[in-house]
Parts: sequence; C-alpha cells; structure tokens
Amino acid sequence: MNAVIADPAIGPQLSTRTVHKRARAPRSALPGFGLSLGFSVVYLSLLVLLPLAAVFLRAAGLGLDGLWRALATERVLHALALSFGGAATAAAINAVFGGLVAWTFVRYEFPAKRWFHALVDLPFALPTAVAGIALTTLYSEHGWLGAPLAKLGIKVAYTPLGIVVAMVFIGLPFVVRTLEPVLSEAEAQFEEAAATLGATRWQTIVHVIAPTVLPALMTGAALAFARAVGEYGSIIFIAGNVQKVSEIAPLLIMIRLDEFDYAGATALAASMLVLSFGVLLAINLLQAWSRRRG
Amino acid sequence: MADVYRSSIGEPTAVRRVLIGTTLLFLVAFLLLPLVVVFTQAFAKGLGPVLTALADADTLASIRLTLLAAAIAVPLNTFFGIAAAWAVAKFEFRGKSLLVTLIDLPFSVSPVIAGMVFVLLFGAHGWFGPWLAAHGVKIVFALPGIVLATTFVTVPFVARELIPLMQAQGTDEELAALSLGASGWRTFWHVTLPNIRWGLLYGVLLCNARAMGEFGAVSVVSGHIRGLTNTMPLEIELLYNDAGALNAAFAVAALLALLGFVTLVAKNFLEWRHGDELAALRGH
Amino acid sequence: MDITIRGLEKRYADASALSGIDLDIASGELLALLGPSGSGKTTLLRAIAGLEPVEGSIRFGDIDAANLTVQERRVGFVFQHYALFKHMTVLDNVTFGLRMRGGGGRMPHEEIRRRGRELLDLVQLGGLERRYPNQLSGGQRQRVALARALAIEPRVLLLDEPFGALDTKVRRELRAWLRQLHDETGYTTVFVTHDEREAAELADRVVVMNRGRIEQLAA
Repeated sequence: MNAVIADPAIGPQLSTRTVHKRARAPRSALPGFGLSLGFSVVYLSLLVLLPLAAVFLRAAGLGLDGLWRALATERVLHALALSFGGAATAAAINAVFGGLVAWTFVRYEFPAKRWFHALVDLPFALPTAVAGIALTTLYSEHGWLGAPLAKLGIKVAYTPLGIVVAMVFIGLPFVVRTLEPVLSEAEAQFEEAAATLGATRWQTIVHVIAPTVLPALMTGAALAFARAVGEYGSIIFIAGNVQKVSEIAPLLIMIRLDEFDYAGATALAASMLVLSFGVLLAINLLQAWSRRRG
Repeated sequence: MADVYRSSIGEPTAVRRVLIGTTLLFLVAFLLLPLVVVFTQAFAKGLGPVLTALADADTLASIRLTLLAAAIAVPLNTFFGIAAAWAVAKFEFRGKSLLVTLIDLPFSVSPVIAGMVFVLLFGAHGWFGPWLAAHGVKIVFALPGIVLATTFVTVPFVARELIPLMQAQGTDEELAALSLGASGWRTFWHVTLPNIRWGLLYGVLLCNARAMGEFGAVSVVSGHIRGLTNTMPLEIELLYNDAGALNAAFAVAALLALLGFVTLVAKNFLEWRHGDELAALRGH
Repeated sequence: MDITIRGLEKRYADASALSGIDLDIASGELLALLGPSGSGKTTLLRAIAGLEPVEGSIRFGDIDAANLTVQERRVGFVFQHYALFKHMTVLDNVTFGLRMRGGGGRMPHEEIRRRGRELLDLVQLGGLERRYPNQLSGGQRQRVALARALAIEPRVLLLDEPFGALDTKVRRELRAWLRQLHDETGYTTVFVTHDEREAAELADRVVVMNRGRIEQLAA
C-alpha cells in the first residue's frame, strides 16, 4: 500500500482511495476495541443475557394454557397488585417528599446540611436485610415509631402499609438524586422574570419551576418504582407475608421455587419482567413527549 | 443558587423554616432512625453479647462466605466494568446503546428473579441439572451458585460509574500517549487509569457494598445451610427468625450496617474531594 | 410615570456596587444607562425593579417603592437573555402576567388572549402564537420578551442590554424598531448598554456610570 501512495505515476486518485480505505478500517487509533468489546459481550451474554433468556424460554414453553393456569389465581393476582400498587404508591409519596427534600437541599442553607445530604444515600448503601429488620423493629408495636402510631390506631408492621413504608425507604434516593442536578441548574432569571410580571412565589413555583423539573421528577419516580417492585430483602421482614393480604410477588416466586413449581415461578417472573418493562416504557414515552413540548 | 433566596423574590422566612423543618423531620424519621435502631438493638445488652454473637462458629462462617463471594464478584465485575467502559467510551460503534441497556439490565431485575435464573439453569430440575448431577458438580446450594448470583446483581456498578466518566474525558490524552509511542496497555496503565481512579474507587465501593449485602438473589440459590451456605444477610435472617437470637441478628446486622456507613462516608468524601470528576456520575 | 431616585447605595463586602445615586427620570422618557461592566448600571436597573435590595429611596410618582414587592411594582423587565419560559408557547409567555393576576384584577380568558395577540401584532410577530421559544430566532425572542413585558402595562420598561446577544445586523434593525415602538407607546423606558453609539442613537438622555457612580448626564 505504501508503494502505491508513494508512486507518483499512479497519481492522487488511487492514493486517496487507498487512504480512504485505510481510514475506514480502525474506528479509532486506540487499540483494544475488539478485545474490550468482545470480552464485554461474551461476559454479558453468559452472565446476564443467557440466564434471562432462560426465563422467557421456559415461560414460553409453558404455552398460553400453562401460563394462564399459573397466573390466573387470586393469590398471584393479589401479589402482583400488591407489588405494583405498593411501588406506585411509594413512588408517588417519594415524588412529593423527595421533591421537598431536593428543593430544601438545593435552595436553603442549614446546620449539618452535609450530613443530612449524605444520609439520603443510606438506602443505597445499607444492605437490604439490615434495612428490613431495622424497619420492622422501628415500626412494630413496641418500636420507636410503631408505638406512637399504634396509639393512633395505625398498624404499620406486618401490614401492606409496612410494605409501602419500606418501599418509600428504598426509593427516596432515586428521586432526590435525580432532581438535585436539575434544580440546581435552574437559573434565577426565569423566577425573576415571573416575579416582575406579577406572579406570586407560589405561582412561580407552579407555573415556571415545576414544569422544568417534571421530566426529572418522573425519571426519579420511575426508578424508585422499578426498584420497589422487585425489592425483596427490605420488605420481607416488615410485610406480613400472608397470602392474598400482604404477600409480595417476589416472595411468591420464592415460594414456588421452594415447592419446585418451576413453571409457576417462571410464569410469575416473566410477567413481572414484562409488566415492569411496560411501565418503564410508558414513562419513557411520557417523558419524551413532555421534552418535545419544552 | 442560594443567592436568589437572600434576594427579593424567594419564599418568606417562615415558609423556608417550615420546609427545612419538615425535610429534616422526614429524613430523621425515615432514614436516620432505621440506622440508629440497628446499633441500639445490637448493643442493648452491651458489647459482650455482640462479640460473642460475632464469634459464633456459624456466624464466622457466614462472614467468611460473604467476604469470599465479594472477593470473587467484585474483581470480576471491576474487570468487566473497565473493559466495557473502554469499548463504550473510546469508540463509536453501532449497537452501543443496546450494550449499555444490557449492562443496566441486572439493575432492573428483581433480586429474586436474578437468583431464580440460576436455579432454572443449574438447579435439580434445571437445564443443566441432570448433567451437573451426573458429574457431581454442585452449583446451586453451594458456593458457585452464590458467587454467580452475587456477580449477576453487581454487574452494572463499576461500568455505570466509569462509562460517563470516561466519555467525559474523551480520547485526547490516550491518543497523545499513543502518538508518543506508548503501547495500548501502557497507555491504559499510565494515562487512563490515573484519570479514572476516583470514579473507579467509587464504583468498586458501591459494587462491594452491594455484593456483601445482597440478600434476595443469594437467598434463592443458597441452601440456607447454616455454617456452609449462609452469607451474612442470610445469617441475619436466620437469627432474626429465631426468637431467642434477636440480639445476635442485630449484632451481625450492625457489622453490615457499619460497612454501609463506611461506604456512605467514603462516597461522600470522594464526591467532595473529587466532585468535578464525578459530576458526570449523577443519578444511579 | 416619573421616577425619582435618591441616595441609592448598595455595598458588597469588598466593594460598592452603587454609591450615592440621584436620578430623576421623566415620564415617557427613553433613558440610557451607559458604562463598562462593573459600573453598576445593571445593578441600578435591577434595583428599580426590586430585584436588588438597596438602601436609599425610589419613588414611582408619589408611591415609595419600599412599600412595594417586586410583583406590585409593575415594572416590565426584559432580561439580557430574554428568560422566556421554554415550556410555554409564545402566546402563553406574552399573556403570563395577565394570567397570573388574581382576584379582581384578572381579565376574562378570551380577553387575555386577545390582548396577547394584539401585542404580538405590535411587535410584528403576529401568527407565531403557537410556537415555542426554541423555534424562534434571537431577534424574535427579544420581541416576545418585550411584548411580555408590555402586556402588564408597566409603570416603566427596563431593558438589560437588550441587544447584547444578537448579531450586528439584527441589532441595528431592532434599535430603530425599539425607538419607533417607544414613540408609539410612550412608556417610560430605561435601558442598559455598554455601547456608546447605541446609547446616543436611541436615547433621549444618556446617563454615564462608572464604578457605581453617575459621572455624566447628557441629553
């Protein structure tokens, strides 16, 4: 090739063509593309893709009949409703309180702010089993929070309410951490403009600030939702685990596996995955739509 | 940004105070109290019982198993994370977003399902079950299964931290090194690695915390055999469900909570000292 | 609306942004605040709007501005980078001030939209009501910001480097157009600029500022 370019008799055309060909081959001068990509793909395929494919293949192998039989029971439907409904409720609560927390951190100063800010990441760093027993102890009838609530007639531990509380615990950091950068990027001039035009502070928050952070809020809530739906360790202790009352879907999968009812477990797992995926897709579309408007 | 609020258009002071108060109350009640409860329960009868509980043979075995599983899973996923980040951040190729989605997949899968997939593959009635039984290989209900499950759930951690970081850093320095005659490996070692070291540490910390704390996935593949296939989280569950061993359960929990606390402190320290580099790593 | 400013002061830890500012602005006047960066001209403008807490007195006619919140001052402020609300249409941006009025001051919905369209015609952007700010050129956004400020029938129109972010040709066109608009509507107008020629061309009177003080008042 070098000879071709160096030979003046052949002229520029060939040499440019040759140069083009050469430039297209490596994607970058950096080495290691093949190796790194190859390894990554193989690793992921073996460790993640294949095992997950096994779930769907197995579920598909049941046929529609088999799937129906495995899923169309009161117990399964209730577990799914509890997991998804509880996660949605917790995500909504986190949207409100997480928004409040993020706002306070971004906009205000107060003592020990650093420490509280770090605290928000706790559910992320704390092992789920530890969180599970801690929350249960806290909200049981003799617990620091459970006792006063019991006096008000509110029972948290071993009820669906306890499940929601645990889901709020694990979902909070997602909302706060997703909102913070968006809130801190918000520029004063928009709020000043609204004020000069006569908008009260509340109107400014509702009409000017909130729409700007809504996509981030939805993302955070969606992440919290996705996490809460599949969560096991933090919830299993505080939930009553009574079937059709306080039994979450992951627990039911576990029970089916213990019974060697692989069909039942697979069917439930596959439907959980499909449902979660559907919800997340819907939220993504919603976000894309809202982003197009602004 | 706080300047707006010392100026003329912010919320009235009273409103601000209420919001701050509510936030702090919420955070203390929902986040701080659970952490505190672990330690007060553990040390309710003093230091002695805690040490006794931790010195118990089965508990020590669970600690060893947890450390072992993490010692395998974390380096594997670190290696993977670096490789994946190198491919994604330094090159352009079709299917890149598919790859990134795949990397994130274990994040969106319930831990119970994560464990279940390995039972489906290697369990007694699994795809490879009969073959494994015939060859006397135990995966499920043994260490290999636990390692697999732990590795599965912690796949994304290092990669997710490194990818945006390396993308933000671009390829200029590496190209410069190459042009000066350095080989690929040397370039990585002397140029890339120093640039990503804090993000890498951050990712490894999170990966480790999750690996040691994983409960759901391991619960499915472990046999819950005390002294053999119980990791620390499983040991906590076992002790907790035993009416007389509540204190011991919290003792082990306190140990893991300490890990969580250290991870939290280290994470915030890294963010504080190296905030600019890690600014790309928002929103896990 | 006459504006009377006496003894305005604003001090930061290490420097004075404004020192002893005395200024009379006549009703219907088009006044330029001219000076280099750091001269305090923008600070003065923002002080009139109430966006900058200051010592000293500002009076709108008989009313002492100290008794008025930013919302109550009814100043039309046009920011240097327009600060248009990205998630609202052009019409919603322009009618924002009218829509936010509570209680008795609020006009019926249809009336508000009509006023908005009138203003858009005034700034020669008729027909662009449904567009979003990111679909407009710099010059168009500038005019929307102006229309939005005019919608509330301000006591005074304040413009912070109104043409700073635009290229020369557009700047020249808008300059002439702004002068014409001012003559048509008659609002008291104060604008901030660092461009001498712009100040001279546009304004009835030029106030030169430097380091927080007024150096010259030239007609």
